[in-house]
Amino acid sequence: MRYAIPLLILGVLLAFFAVGLQRDPRVLPSPLIGKAVPAFELPVLALPKAESPPLSMGNAAFAGKPYLVNFFASWCAGCQVEHPYLMQLAKQGGVTIVGVDYKDADADVRQWLAARGNPYAPILVDLDGRAGIDFGVYGVPETFVVSADGRILHKHVGALTPEAFARDVKPLLGAGS
Amino acid sequence: MKRLVAALFAGLLLAAHAQVTVEKPEIPLSVEQEARLAELLPDLRCLVCQNESLAESRAPLALDLKYEVRELVASGKSPTEIKRYLTDRYGDFVLFRPPFDARTWLLWLGPFALVLVALLVLLRQIRGGKRELAATNPKAVDKAALKKLLEEAK
Repeated sequence: MRYAIPLLILGVLLAFFAVGLQRDPRVLPSPLIGKAVPAFELPVLALPKAESPPLSMGNAAFAGKPYLVNFFASWCAGCQVEHPYLMQLAKQGGVTIVGVDYKDADADVRQWLAARGNPYAPILVDLDGRAGIDFGVYGVPETFVVSADGRILHKHVGALTPEAFARDVKPLLGAGS
Repeated sequence: MKRLVAALFAGLLLAAHAQVTVEKPEIPLSVEQEARLAELLPDLRCLVCQNESLAESRAPLALDLKYEVRELVASGKSPTEIKRYLTDRYGDFVLFRPPFDARTWLLWLGPFALVLVALLVLLRQIRGGKRELAATNPKAVDKAALKKLLEEAK
């Protein structure tokens, strides 16, 4: 009985530590979840094989179907890690992956894609990082799941993995039509 | 051979891609606006190096955000509006002083509640001690009962 209260306090502390230490402090909740996609209108990256693509694209071009917005860059290590999985997703089809090339030189990203393949349908260029700020991007790669009616359903920070896709993204892709 | 290796390394360094920094035009501020900016920046968190403020940080994103804030100050936005602009995008985490609301009341009041509990415990301990002391204090002995005892002893 004498030790009941100190033990209780210890128990509460341990519970807090157990939960707190397993959280990743770098993953921040996004205030954009459930809200409309920030308005964007960005230049489209011209690629050697593409036939006269539009010069720029905005929200309206993607409305009507759920899609992913993947902020990436050729200078980003995490993007290299997730790239093979994005290739696999693109090959499977089913979801459009809009790439946003974040603060990256066009020549660099063309070379990067030529070496690794291009999973994106189109790649938009965010040279000064303004669109990144509107999306609340604080470190590439970041992936947003957007519903058919243009709301952000989920944000994944860091390299997208098959596990994270199956758990967090896939169930959302049928929603919001 | 050594020269070849060195050349290869130099090539590797050149081939490594780097983040692009777009040169942006400088935004002139009035003295008063400059002061407002200086007051605002230390309250805003750098999202990349989480324990630094925007005022201190040299991270590329922090520089971008600093520029953005500068632009907002120049356009005459109030500090509240500027903070709204940032929390709309990055959440309350961007503020070093989170607002008091349904999610943060425990954070704000928790320490005071703990101090209150500690004070109550302390008070009880002190009272308990006094009571114990009173029971053994010769001055507090019932004088009538003492007198009676002494009479009986005679």
